[in-house]
Amino acid sequence: MRYIRPQSMEDAVGLLAGAAGPAAILAGGSDLLVRMKGGFVEPELIVDIKAIAGLSDITETADGFRIGAAVPCAVLGENAALKKAWPGVVEAAKLIGSKQVQGRCTIVGNLCNASPAADSVPALVAAGAKAVVAGPGGKRTIAVESVPTGPGKTSLAKGEIIEAILLDKRPPHAGDAYQRFIPRTEMDIAVVSAGVNLTVGDNGVVKAARVAVGAAAPTVLLVEEAAQVLIGSKLDEATLERLAKICSGACRPIDDKRGTIEFRRKVAGVLAKRVAAIAYERAGGK
Amino acid sequence: MAGVAVSTTINGDHVEYLCQPDETLLEVLRDRLGLTGAKEGCGTGDCGACSVIVDDRLVCSCLVLGAEAEGRQIETIEGMAHGDQLHPLQQKFLEHAALQCGICTPGFLIAAKDLLAKNPDPTEEEIRFGLAGNLCRCTGYDKIVRAVQDAANVMKGA
Repeated sequence: MRYIRPQSMEDAVGLLAGAAGPAAILAGGSDLLVRMKGGFVEPELIVDIKAIAGLSDITETADGFRIGAAVPCAVLGENAALKKAWPGVVEAAKLIGSKQVQGRCTIVGNLCNASPAADSVPALVAAGAKAVVAGPGGKRTIAVESVPTGPGKTSLAKGEIIEAILLDKRPPHAGDAYQRFIPRTEMDIAVVSAGVNLTVGDNGVVKAARVAVGAAAPTVLLVEEAAQVLIGSKLDEATLERLAKICSGACRPIDDKRGTIEFRRKVAGVLAKRVAAIAYERAGGK
Repeated sequence: MAGVAVSTTINGDHVEYLCQPDETLLEVLRDRLGLTGAKEGCGTGDCGACSVIVDDRLVCSCLVLGAEAEGRQIETIEGMAHGDQLHPLQQKFLEHAALQCGICTPGFLIAAKDLLAKNPDPTEEEIRFGLAGNLCRCTGYDKIVRAVQDAANVMKGA
């Protein structure tokens, strides 16, 4: 096995594209090292991307925020401007693992690990986040929901690296939120989860909405029908009931040791309601 | 056998070593450098027994490659006491009997040190959440929480 820490994105892409055997990207390593130890992956080459300029920074631009692929989740929680603009994304990222894991894990890693139960992904999908992908053919920017294609699988081609996540600049009266169900109080994997992102008009009516449900299908679900129900409403009880019903209906969950199909369906609706109410409040809707 | 040459700082001392690319920082600390304070509990980032601080961030050393330590500042349990002078957390763990078998203790002490450095006056809830990445199968955690609270009081007064 070889360990290489390139200084530029071009070198990193070249190394991955030219690798003869299995190659892995290392940022926080909180998934990769566990998978290596368990014998699930045996990379011939590890490309540590942390020395590449800009990948460890959160930058606020005229368009919003750019979060480098190597920024640990703990740093997201320490960024006051990001927390104020995207509290749902930050609260989701802060749920991953322990304090120790927070010091290493990244939202890009969480996205590319492609677990249906990833905590940050529903929040990013609800936020309409984009991923900047660098590869042998140049750079492209894609919606985060197009990255995971199934458990452990992504749409990224050989040699491609997600170098950053982009979050839009917030319009006035916007808010997002994320919650998951776990049987413990911390240090667990979502049984089911929901993220909601809303923009509210001066009159308290929802102008724009995105709703995502996690751990309820092979990939995180963007539930467009649920968003349509919220738009034009003031999140009255009847709207929230319809939201819950649609989210429960959109689920295609599995039965496993952490939850049954029936339980996941029901709780997806409950969480969507709770999270929508929090996002609405954060947007100044009440 | 050829390896990765690493130059780093551990507990303030400049250290150089050669390691294999797939060797973890925990393995380097224990097996190459003789710093056996950090323990391997699970080896998968679940138990916190291998906690160390790298560039002011609390991490599991089992989830860091030895090669990644290049140019970093690492703090381990071996750097916590100054000679015979115990760190207040160590002293309070003894006074409160906040350990039984002791395997988790170095990890708890490092995690608690990191917690108090960032939040010198934590609530009980903040302590319990802050130390949720450290598992102890003996104490039931209560004595550990009391020891950290007491140490925080001592350190605030210092």
